[in-house]
Amino acid sequence: MATKVHMEALSPTMEEGRLVKWNKHEGDPVKSGDTLAEVETDKAVMELVARADGQLLKVMVPEGTTVPVGNVVAWIGKPGEKVDGDGAAAPAPKSAPAPEPQKRAPSAVRSAPEVAPADVTRVKASPLAKRIAKEVGVDLKLVQGSGPGGRVIKRDLEGAPATPAAPTAPPTYHAPRTGVPYEDVPLTQIRKTIAKRLAASIGPIPHFFLTTEIDMERAVEAREALNKQLGEDGGKISFNDIIIKAVALALVQHRACNAWFQEDHIRYWNEVHIGMAVAIEDGLITPVIRNADMKSLRDIGAESRELAGRARTRRLKPEEYTGATFSVSNLGMFDIDQFTAVINPPESGIVAIGSVVAKAVPDGDRVVVGRRLRLTMSCDHRVIDGATGAVFLKTLKQMLENPLAMLL
Amino acid sequence: MPTLTYRDALNQALREEMQRDPNVVLMGEEVGVYQGAYKVSRGLLEEFGPKRIVDTPIAELGFAGIGVGAAMGGLRPVVEFMTWNFALLALDQIVNSAAKMLYMSGGQIRVPIVFRGPSGAALQLASQHSQAWESWIAHIPGLKVVAPATPADAKGLLKSAIRDNNPVIVLEGEMLYNLKGDVPDGEHIVPIGKAEIKREGSDVTLVCHSKTLTVAQKAADQLAEQNVSAEVLDLRSLRPLDEAAILESVKKTNRAVVVEEGWPHTGIGAQVVDLIQRDAFDDLDAPVQRVTQADVPMPYNKFLERAAKASPEKVVAAARKVLYLDGD
Repeated sequence: MATKVHMEALSPTMEEGRLVKWNKHEGDPVKSGDTLAEVETDKAVMELVARADGQLLKVMVPEGTTVPVGNVVAWIGKPGEKVDGDGAAAPAPKSAPAPEPQKRAPSAVRSAPEVAPADVTRVKASPLAKRIAKEVGVDLKLVQGSGPGGRVIKRDLEGAPATPAAPTAPPTYHAPRTGVPYEDVPLTQIRKTIAKRLAASIGPIPHFFLTTEIDMERAVEAREALNKQLGEDGGKISFNDIIIKAVALALVQHRACNAWFQEDHIRYWNEVHIGMAVAIEDGLITPVIRNADMKSLRDIGAESRELAGRARTRRLKPEEYTGATFSVSNLGMFDIDQFTAVINPPESGIVAIGSVVAKAVPDGDRVVVGRRLRLTMSCDHRVIDGATGAVFLKTLKQMLENPLAMLL
Repeated sequence: MPTLTYRDALNQALREEMQRDPNVVLMGEEVGVYQGAYKVSRGLLEEFGPKRIVDTPIAELGFAGIGVGAAMGGLRPVVEFMTWNFALLALDQIVNSAAKMLYMSGGQIRVPIVFRGPSGAALQLASQHSQAWESWIAHIPGLKVVAPATPADAKGLLKSAIRDNNPVIVLEGEMLYNLKGDVPDGEHIVPIGKAEIKREGSDVTLVCHSKTLTVAQKAADQLAEQNVSAEVLDLRSLRPLDEAAILESVKKTNRAVVVEEGWPHTGIGAQVVDLIQRDAFDDLDAPVQRVTQADVPMPYNKFLERAAKASPEKVVAAARKVLYLDGD
């Protein structure tokens, strides 16, 4: 019996894919694992591979067509084998292989895949927990239940004891890597209230912005010296690379900003993965430099160039553009002095970098020309409070103003 | 306050009530000359004579019926069953005569009678003589049922039972007769239908009565070592049930475990759970758990018997469950 080739979900968020190019054609022999076609997802161009051996019997979808995930795009089978849709004038796009509602008469064309959603609205909670939630105005859907089957019980609604040693305390200076990638800290009652109130006030992520101006004199000197050292054949180090490294190192010291908001808890990352916004033809994507705090400037430079290059040709794999713990967006090359960037959830912060500009700056009681960079951090107020972001930015500023500090 | 055994507390109640009211009589197997199979009637024949302390033949249906007739005629009989297991033979008199007479006579005929004796398992009495009677007898409208767990409650509840104008069942326990405790002298009355908190706690309510009070208290001690504060609520009366006391405690602790000697199916605990789910629903943080005898005839083998009975360990496990202390 012939095997269907489905449009597969090739990225975590992919709902449909555009068939860019068939690498195999009707009649070609195929082996499991062979690349059948290139498919453009919402993020990148990916390979659709064969899951069966035999011959590519029939191609159902011409190049350039966009089809929903789950649709049959081709058939693989023995030479001469009949497949469904053979001889049909035009194969109607079929919905995802979800069970069809029985009462409905079969219609020739169905527009959207009908998938019965799981009942996510029902929250299991003890009667007491429901009453408490109502009294204090907590949305039970946001509470992680610790009872059987995730039942929300009384203790899940009890605020953390008011001890000063809260788990959200600022991280230790240069916390050693423990081997644990991150730590999940349940939201305290006050944290939940902050999250709810601020989100309700200005949209899903309550942004606020912190701007600081950085004296780049020493960074400029350091960059020139380093590039001279690297010579012609070694790739150049950019301001962007220096900033990524500095951000990563500052995050190590300020774990409170290296965190994901997870609705009912905050995930504080021990690892530092920096997302780097890259403009591509019709949008942008943020490839991730993993463990950026542990990489040399040269490695960061090489990796960011390589990732940015593949991002522009849409050849990034999903694991290369997901999992950042914090992001950096740089519009300095477009002569933007200063801007605010939008947070890439579930991350809690992003730093927007403007151009390094020459400007008149006070030097004691004189005015001299200095090179300055304006840097703006967008913070998710559900995770980062004003002072938390400010102390992080102060560390970042100190590192950039004295790049030798990065060697510490 | 004097310390008495449970049996002597019952004896004191009988003596005081017989001194107070000449209509009070005691009848049953071996209650006179032998002074009771468990010596509850010690000294009473000597003090009150054979007209008021009546030894009966081994004929439970017969002497229960004589008792009901005497009560209808104006006496206040106390009928002792050597054990409630033997009272199975007397059920027709208890259920069809004593319990229903007031109703069926249109309120004309009262039956002020007390049926009392030991109920439930002792040690290795095997399945026919180890039955807990609570749910059987508390099922019947027209009866009041008490099950004292302490000497003081035994005295106070028996006095209330004798003075009550309705048939009252007093469930005692062979294993309770030697239990010692402080018993107030003289006029000590425990009203029927009033539960008592025997130990205050905040985390879970252990509902118990009769012999399971000791089980619950031991469980509460073990739970205290695990930083769990258990409240021990002794029902004392099973009909009427002190619903207010149960609800008040559950509203405080949000969790309950009901402990009883009897079998699980249609047990007293089922009645208590029904009340809690209906009237304390919004106060519950966990489904109520029950600890009962295993759903089998009581084994004779002592290890199997021990395994079949409600135990402090079973109560602790149930309490940890309603407290979500052991995961899923």
